[in-house]
Amino acid sequence: MHLAAPTFAQVLFWACAVTAVVMGALVVVLPNPVSSALALVMTLCAVAGLFLSLGAQFIAMVQVIVYAGAIMVLFLFVIMLLQLSGQGRRERTLLGPRLLGAVLGVALLAQLGAALATATYPSGPGDPAFFSPNNTLEVGRALYARYLLPFEVTSVLLLVALVGAVVLAKRKF
Amino acid sequence: MVPISHYLWVSAALFCLGVTGVLVRRNAIVIFMCIELMMNAANLAFVAFARQLRSLDGQVVVFFVMTVAAAEVAVGLAIIISIFRHHESVDIDQVDLLRG
Repeated sequence: MHLAAPTFAQVLFWACAVTAVVMGALVVVLPNPVSSALALVMTLCAVAGLFLSLGAQFIAMVQVIVYAGAIMVLFLFVIMLLQLSGQGRRERTLLGPRLLGAVLGVALLAQLGAALATATYPSGPGDPAFFSPNNTLEVGRALYARYLLPFEVTSVLLLVALVGAVVLAKRKF
Repeated sequence: MVPISHYLWVSAALFCLGVTGVLVRRNAIVIFMCIELMMNAANLAFVAFARQLRSLDGQVVVFFVMTVAAAEVAVGLAIIISIFRHHESVDIDQVDLLRG
């Protein structure tokens, strides 16, 4: 039997998929929140690799910059601010709820898997913008033309979140 | 080309890991990270379907999901900080009342 050599897309997919799932499992399993955060950074970077393999270059870069960069730094800041990683702050966990949670997670995966096994995927006629080699240009065009209103509402949302975070984290109300 | 079902399997696995984490962990910050894991699983499904349907709309939706995630993390972590000031703990078993 002769196996065809894997293409670059297949190698990229399998490398990123395995990294994402293994590191995702470590986020759940590792006891120290700092280790969980670092495992999550690896997961996010692996998902960015999967985005690249799907031809979404702009989203992949935003994933690395915004998620793995900004959001995870915020997480690490808060973990270190609250000093949660020291001794004596261990999570108290019981075996029963842990087992139940794991069983429910596997049950959900089985259900999703059953749905995936029977699903069929129709292919669309195709938007010419999707085939453009300049993915960032086309996403920008879509954002500033068809999705202009949601884009502007997003900026208001970020402003509200900014003010809300400052008010909530303030020492005295 | 890797078929879309492979991507959806990875997405399903990541989502279930996130759900399991929310159910199993007691540390509020780790639970937050697991929610991020679930959002990433959803984003992966969006981008995979964007390629399947040869449309950019899925990628634009992912952009909006990321914005909402950033806003959610900012507000959520601020709430966690103020809970920690109050209870000296972020263990959700000890913080089970909405009032202080």
